[in-house]
Amino acid sequence: MKGKFRSAKNRLFKGMVIVFSLVAITPIMLIVFDLFQKGIKQINFSFFTKIAPDTWDAMTALNHGKIIPGGILNGITGTFLMVSVASLIAIPLGLLIGIYLYENAEKRYAGVVRDISDILQGAPSIVLGLIAYFWIVKNITHGFSALAGSASLTIMMLPLIIRSTEETLKMIPISIKEAGLALGVPYHKIILRVLIPTGFSGLTTGILLALSRVLGETAPLMLTALGNPFVNFNIDKPTSAVPLLIWQFYNDPNMVNLIWSSSLFLVILVLTLNLIAKQIAAK
Amino acid sequence: MDKPIIEIKNPILRIQNLSVSYEKDKYAIADVSVDIKKNLITAIMGPSGCGKSSLIRAMNRMHELYPQIETKGKIFLNEKDISKLSNIELRRKIGMVFQSPNPFPSMSIYDNVIAGYKLNGIRQKKAKRDDIVEKSLKDVALWTEVKDALYKKGNFLSGGQQQRLCIARALAFQPDVILLDEPASALDPVSTSKIENLLVKLKKEYTIVLVTHNMAQAARISDYSMFMYLGELVEYGKTKDLFTNPTDKRTEEYLTGKFG
Ligand SMILES: Nc1ncnc2c1ncn2[C@@H]1O[C@H](COP(=O)(O)OP(=O)(O)OP(=O)(O)O)[C@@H](O)[C@H]1O
Ligand SMILES: [Mg+2]
Repeated sequence: MKGKFRSAKNRLFKGMVIVFSLVAITPIMLIVFDLFQKGIKQINFSFFTKIAPDTWDAMTALNHGKIIPGGILNGITGTFLMVSVASLIAIPLGLLIGIYLYENAEKRYAGVVRDISDILQGAPSIVLGLIAYFWIVKNITHGFSALAGSASLTIMMLPLIIRSTEETLKMIPISIKEAGLALGVPYHKIILRVLIPTGFSGLTTGILLALSRVLGETAPLMLTALGNPFVNFNIDKPTSAVPLLIWQFYNDPNMVNLIWSSSLFLVILVLTLNLIAKQIAAK
Repeated sequence: MDKPIIEIKNPILRIQNLSVSYEKDKYAIADVSVDIKKNLITAIMGPSGCGKSSLIRAMNRMHELYPQIETKGKIFLNEKDISKLSNIELRRKIGMVFQSPNPFPSMSIYDNVIAGYKLNGIRQKKAKRDDIVEKSLKDVALWTEVKDALYKKGNFLSGGQQQRLCIARALAFQPDVILLDEPASALDPVSTSKIENLLVKLKKEYTIVLVTHNMAQAARISDYSMFMYLGELVEYGKTKDLFTNPTDKRTEEYLTGKFG
């Protein structure tokens, strides 16, 4: 009797979990589905090889019932440029600071660094854009620039990498470290050749998640990189990015179709990175 | 120490007035003096928290990696003060095996065995390396089990096999002394007895210091035994004498299971 009641309760609970999961996941599924439907028809060869069209070309094409010509090459190259430069700084620096925090967990100075990192992680991205604006746009490149954009992305990536590095290293048993020390291995070599390889999947996961976090950032780039109708690889010139293009397309009634395809592109990119990260983390 | 601790001729390790404290004025072991005989198994027994690990970890200066730990006293290896040796010199001569198996997870079985050389940048010809790996794995009776999987990571090995791999890693340096801190406490009885047999064989070539909770184990395989209590070395002698005729009341109580 009691057993029956319990199994009924179990089933009810299971049912509720399934229902709520569906409720949570449905909007996401709908969005992805919607993106696919609206975005897929603009995704073709020129989408990746041509720069964004001007509003006139787009309007003409629409009036003739054709798809909009051009693509988002300037956005893709800009995103690539700025995320690469940001990674070049944020990944090694983040790893180093993470290792430092792990090594000096107890020290007061480490606590301060950890707090600053937490504050940065919690700060709205537009504020980080403002910081980069005042540091770099105003004082270094004297104008909007890819460098300023990279700086704002760097500040966003750093706390994520710092935290994941520290947490990953903390999960490695101390006895692994002591095994190295008991062989007379110098400390820095233990970090480089034992701890980092041991935590490799955790470290890469953290980096990939940080990357996917900044790939879609718009707000800080509006204040720093501004945008550029052409492909630009010059670090001190204004530069476009995929999310910046989406924002521009949004403000132009003739470009609506491109919003969907660009968003689809970004979502797939970010989802892929996340999936890779999951795969690595599972190892 | 007022009681005479047995005299050992030509000890390989000579420990003099050793004290270890983790916090100021609180001694985990206090004023321990003891000599350890070559090519024998010396067991360290005592209830939890009595300072067994603190003592054995002093013997290869593991404590100095933690700046808050203070050690006093002197330890001589073959009459050389170990505080005068470099880390690598010392740890090539005194190897250590830990309570739970800790092979390097990112390395293959082969690299684990040779890790002491590799991580220290000690270069060797491939043939020489192969020899060292083979001999060390044979010494721990693991060779036939893993010789076809040398370049795989060791995570498929059982706990007992992993622990033998860790012993092989320590043996690769051909040390004078091997310190083992409860090496079998995380293992099943079959793996435990394999490790015990192994240690008995190894004492022909090496001097073995073994911390153990397991009195039966000490009785089975050790030649000399120490009994520690609350950071003090209470009794030390031939294992047979200690078990059949303990001179201190605390040793007797521990051995008869009254505490610990
Ligand atoms: N890292 C540490 N920090 C502070 N105190 C410690 C530390 N390690 C050990 N101690 C203390 O030192 C004393 C001796 O500890 P030790 O680990 O040497 O005992 P043990 O005989 O090895 O015990 P067990 O059988 O449980 O391993 C204990 O009182 C313990 O609480
Ligand atoms: Mg212990």
